[in-house]
Amino acid sequence: MDIRYSDDELAFRTEIKTGLAEIVWPELAAKVRAGSSLEKPEHDRFHAALNARGWLAGHWPTEHGGLGWDPVQRHIFDEELYAADAPRVVPFGLNMLAPVLMAFGSPEQQAYHLPRILSGEDWWCQGYSEPGAGSDLASLRTRAVQEGDSYIVNGQKTWTTLAQHANKIFCLVRTGTEGKPQEGISFLLMDMQAPGVTRRPIRTLDGGFEVNEVFFDNVRVPVADRVGAENAGWTIAKYLLNHERTNISLVGESTHALEQLKAQARQTRRRGQPLIKNPHFAARVIEIEADLEAHRITNLRMLSDAQRKGAPGPEVSMLKITGTRIRQAINDLARRGLGPAAAPFPSEALSGNAALAAPEHANAAARYFNNRKISIYGGSNEIQANILAKHVLDI
Amino acid sequence: MDFSPTPERQMVAESLSRLLAEHLDAERRRAIAYVAPWHDPTLWAHLCELGVPALLVPAEQGGFGGAGFDITTAFQPLGAALCTEPMLGHAMALAALVALDAPVSEDMVSGNSRYVLAIGEPDVPYGLDDLETTANRAGDGWQITGRKSVVAGAQSATHVLVAARHGDGGIGLFEVGADAIDLTAYGMVDGGGAAELFFDATAAHAISLEADAALTTALTAGLLALSAEAVGIAERLVDLTQDYLRTRQQFGRPIAKFQALQHRAVEMSLHLEQLRSITVRAAASFGTPDGPRHAAMAKLLVGRRGRLIAEEAIQLHGGIAVTWEAEVAHLAKRLVMIDAQLGDADWQSEMLAEALA
Ligand SMILES: Cc1cc2nc3c(=O)[nH]c(=O)nc-3n(C[C@H](O)[C@H](O)[C@H](O)COP(=O)(O)OP(=O)(O)OC[C@H]3O[C@@H](n4cnc5c(N)ncnc54)[C@H](O)[C@@H]3O)c2cc1C
Repeated sequence: MDIRYSDDELAFRTEIKTGLAEIVWPELAAKVRAGSSLEKPEHDRFHAALNARGWLAGHWPTEHGGLGWDPVQRHIFDEELYAADAPRVVPFGLNMLAPVLMAFGSPEQQAYHLPRILSGEDWWCQGYSEPGAGSDLASLRTRAVQEGDSYIVNGQKTWTTLAQHANKIFCLVRTGTEGKPQEGISFLLMDMQAPGVTRRPIRTLDGGFEVNEVFFDNVRVPVADRVGAENAGWTIAKYLLNHERTNISLVGESTHALEQLKAQARQTRRRGQPLIKNPHFAARVIEIEADLEAHRITNLRMLSDAQRKGAPGPEVSMLKITGTRIRQAINDLARRGLGPAAAPFPSEALSGNAALAAPEHANAAARYFNNRKISIYGGSNEIQANILAKHVLDI
Repeated sequence: MDFSPTPERQMVAESLSRLLAEHLDAERRRAIAYVAPWHDPTLWAHLCELGVPALLVPAEQGGFGGAGFDITTAFQPLGAALCTEPMLGHAMALAALVALDAPVSEDMVSGNSRYVLAIGEPDVPYGLDDLETTANRAGDGWQITGRKSVVAGAQSATHVLVAARHGDGGIGLFEVGADAIDLTAYGMVDGGGAAELFFDATAAHAISLEADAALTTALTAGLLALSAEAVGIAERLVDLTQDYLRTRQQFGRPIAKFQALQHRAVEMSLHLEQLRSITVRAAASFGTPDGPRHAAMAKLLVGRRGRLIAEEAIQLHGGIAVTWEAEVAHLAKRLVMIDAQLGDADWQSEMLAEALA
């Protein structure tokens, strides 16, 4: 066994670190540290800067314009993004739709859409969930009925992340009612500007705007914009869910957040000494740190396994559960460490006090509440447990 | 032994719940709780007409209550309705004055004046031992210098009682008119308002120069009030979650049919029972030597189990619970944030541990 990174991997890390230091501008880093949401032009500028170095699609295969990074390189890149206070790459086009198009799209679809994803011309959002179809995605009811060379789409999607910025949406729609619900689903590429598409923002519990409802009222979609065969959408959806789950360990994000938490606890004074010296608090930090170290190795074990086998297996559901628990525990401790100073909302109100208003401490409570979402979306932790029980434990 | 409330308290609790149902539906609550000045004078007046402040004062000082169970009678319905009116600070100020046997004005008992008790500071959010705000003699009166931090309700108070250290090293209680204070007001993540209070040789009137014991009583009253508030919120979260499990359909059945979720709902109800009982314990001990210890235990369990109830309520609701429209989100936010008031769970367990030795 050799659990060290290879020399090539270490060199890769250095290259990424140096490059990101050049790419990430100070205002962007400050916003990321404060947990403020970014404007679309900021995302676009960041994506363009990554794309100029080929890193936006570093994990894409070379035949589609990527650099063919393996899962370990991809993980290193992810860690370095957080370490640089860079935002997360918006995943819907790059990490979700692109792999689907590469596996199931026609040559025309690939040639048209992939470059537009890279250039930022298209901002995609994910239209899967519906009010009645959350964990039970296969029960979705948005209907697509063929009329000549078009589908006419009616129905509603919800929880659509960042749809407010999107000009495109990929959707699962019902095209058949025969057999099992999974058998009548198709995968459509749709235009958010098409007549009959409306969106309504959903305000989240922390007051922010990141999710939306999207309504379809007799929206015409060319049959040519279906990916794969009619009624083959479920296979595609499952393939996509696997891709969505390759970066779910949150190791990079949690590592960085834990460092911030420790810095915060060194700065915060309680009973005449730094909070980090409080044995109660220190014990909690250390327990999270131990869990994170273990999780980091679990993640690398599963990554190198996936590298050998070509695809991740159902055991990666473990990464989602443990990863979200650790991330949420850090959020929880960051909020608690601030005590009452976590409560003002927005926390800029406390700007009279430099220690309290330092950006990395800002919004600790709002961020804790917002991050309750991570154990709900992308397949809730309960659904991940069901997958593990059935496909890994086989009980 | 009889665990049922007295008919009088039962009646007050019911009237209060009715009043809140009438004047503070979810929509109205959001319009008050998250918008400056984070306080509704009309609602405050209704609460006062019903006698909520008077319920917190013994008969000798002009009220009709003042016992531990009076505090819980008031705060549990206030919690269930997520009422953000600044009653906690007023209750603690009253408790401090009563404990000092200091005069309590009619305006204070009636609620015409709104008081807060300012104790916590930026580096000393909890407890009394390390307070840094000072009081110095100036002629006949006193001057306060220092900063009080995240004082809930201070943004709308008419009078502020300040805990400050004076020349002899003791902690005194001083009164300052709210107009005289340099104050930065803001809203809270869980609704309601608070303020930073900046004192710079601010003129004050001394109520007592030996206020340690009275402040401890006030803190005990505060912990009890917050625990009762938490019980009111937790009951609703448990109810709403069970209702949701029964009605939300996925995979062709109510999600309540999944045994994994049934057990989670049961865990929530076990936590709730613990909160109910420890709050009864603390209310019964209020005013006895065990009062502070039992109130600390209540707040300890509220901090730990309350957070679990809130997190589970969100998780079991799924996506709907992370929206502004969802009542469960606002209940969960308040229940979690109660931990950070007057000493969180870690603080309470430290205090209880010190008393063990
Ligand atoms: C912030 C946020 C962003 C999102 N972004 C997107 C997006 O961009 N695109 C998109 O399509 N969707 C998105 N989603 C939707 C997300 O995928 C769903 O919220 C998720 O699938 C859960 O569905 P639900 O919210 O309807 O909860 P439900 O499915 O109703 O679940 C409620 C509870 O029941 C549990 N449960 C359900 N079934 C079972 C079972 N069989 N066994 C045990 N427990 C069970 C769940 O785990 C949960 O605790 C987003 C959600 C959120 C909160």
